[in-house]
Amino acid sequence: MSHHNIIKGKIFVVGDNIDTDQIIPAQYLNLVPTNPDEYKKLGSYALCGLPDSYKTRFVKDGEFKTEYPIIIGANNFGCGSSREHAPVSLGAAGTKAVIANSFARIFFRNCIATGEVFPVEATSDILTKELKTGDEVEINLEKNELTVVKTGKTHKLKDIGDVREVVEAGGIFNYARKKGMIK
Amino acid sequence: MTITEKILAKAAGKKDADPGDNIWVSADILMTHDVCGPGTIGVFKREFGGSAKVWDREKVVIIPDHYIYTSDEMCHRNVDTLRKFVKEQGIKYFYDPGTPTYSGVCHVTLPEKGHCRPGEVLFGTDSHTCTHGSLGEFATGIGNTDAGFVMGTGKLLIKVPATIKFVIDGELPKGVSAKDIILRIIGDIGVDGATYCAMEFAGSTIESLSVEERMTICNMAIEAGGKNGIIAPDDKTIAYVKSKTKKPFECFYSDKDAKYLSVKKYDATKLVPVVAMPFSPDKVKTAAEMKDYKIDRVYIGSCTGGKIEDFKMAASILAGKKVKVKTFIVPATVEVEKALATEKIGGKTIFKIFEDAGCETPAPPSCAACLGGPVDTFGRCNNDEICVSTTNRNFPGRMGSKGSKTILASALTAAASAIKGKITDPKDV
Repeated sequence: MSHHNIIKGKIFVVGDNIDTDQIIPAQYLNLVPTNPDEYKKLGSYALCGLPDSYKTRFVKDGEFKTEYPIIIGANNFGCGSSREHAPVSLGAAGTKAVIANSFARIFFRNCIATGEVFPVEATSDILTKELKTGDEVEINLEKNELTVVKTGKTHKLKDIGDVREVVEAGGIFNYARKKGMIK
Repeated sequence: MTITEKILAKAAGKKDADPGDNIWVSADILMTHDVCGPGTIGVFKREFGGSAKVWDREKVVIIPDHYIYTSDEMCHRNVDTLRKFVKEQGIKYFYDPGTPTYSGVCHVTLPEKGHCRPGEVLFGTDSHTCTHGSLGEFATGIGNTDAGFVMGTGKLLIKVPATIKFVIDGELPKGVSAKDIILRIIGDIGVDGATYCAMEFAGSTIESLSVEERMTICNMAIEAGGKNGIIAPDDKTIAYVKSKTKKPFECFYSDKDAKYLSVKKYDATKLVPVVAMPFSPDKVKTAAEMKDYKIDRVYIGSCTGGKIEDFKMAASILAGKKVKVKTFIVPATVEVEKALATEKIGGKTIFKIFEDAGCETPAPPSCAACLGGPVDTFGRCNNDEICVSTTNRNFPGRMGSKGSKTILASALTAAASAIKGKITDPKDV
């Protein structure tokens, strides 16, 4: 995982239980993430399964990249399937981090293993309440802080914990190489 | 220690495993399918090199099942990618579509073909891999990158989960089945109620259930966020496994003083048929309280509700009745499909009961519309249909279009609902 300590940009705010079918609907699972052209295409479909109540599209029609490098989620982000297409589609669209109150286990793990996006837990549910899509924030992953650019208000984030070693090594393969598990 | 901790400790070559420990465990089986297999192979080749060999050609099991009966060329290409890899690697267990070895849904195929054994560790690139804890093993779903790692090394770094124990005692009332137990639990604890945890199911009700019904319970552990579902093996488990494989296995049991994160108790005699309303498996209501809710179709299939016992339950309700809405039948595997034509209720085969009730002609085995899939998938909700389904998820758009709605139910409730064209408690037909 490329370890960028500062991530700055516009946010896309979503609610509870954003499941993997909403992140990448099953009809696009015929795309194989390790094929470069299909990786790019997965980005164009990121979060296209969100209900129509979301008025703003995460990735505009006809585009491959999002203008929102940071997603602010509520509870249980990434629940459902083990499809790695989910973090991959977000990463391919240009998402750098997902900040959520909590994550579903396999999605969190797939973020760490692939290094596609940085999953960080919020310390309270204030972010989804106070912030709205389009607001600009700066995240400092070293200090575990999120600052709202317009107001300067800073929110504490949870430390990534005992997977930091894996994250900093650059994912499960590099971690295993560092530990001498594999060549 | 709990059964989960004991299995993981053994797989890590350690005496103990405590919740929160990060340990390297050895895998006994790695399963992948057509949706995640090609990506897993891509990761494996990228990281270990183009000429790398899998760690054990008898332990990698490849079961194409998701997108089989579709005209989508990309899906066909993905199955071809698997075929090429199987040939190149000499993979022993491959269930190839269009050939006599084809089976169908991976989570019903794995136990049927003897790949699930008590005491083992099974990883699969599918979140419903938790199904196999029903046979007393540790089984969990992983992504392509982790699976690519297991493919090359036979090992994976995992965190030992804390265990929540669910004790269900007493006799289930008529019309109530395993699906109602697990939906009730998910409704109580929520879709993130067991996040990162093992869900251990015990009690006299669980002991009274068949092996297939136990699979239904563990299958949906992921719907509460669980890392694995698990049931201690007993005589039924051992007889089932021995009928499928000659491989030796070791049974583990939780200690009497095992530490649990929490213990939740249920009186089975008080359980009733339930449904999970759109769009979350924890939006649980009783079938009785939703009885005027009109539906457009019924779907009976998948790893959760497409096993032979599910169809027997559905047939027991549909015998001599007519369905009011389109009713789709998708046997999980070829073995289940065969049983539809041989198993009888009241002298009639299950197949004939479905035919006489006016159900759609059963589709060949696959995951089909459980997860929507390509637009030409059998039973897919392409418009704004409301579907009562024996599957496991009812997220927005899960079975097809964004406007469609899925209501989760048991095979008994699904069949009863098909007869009335609205959500129906099985006792009301």
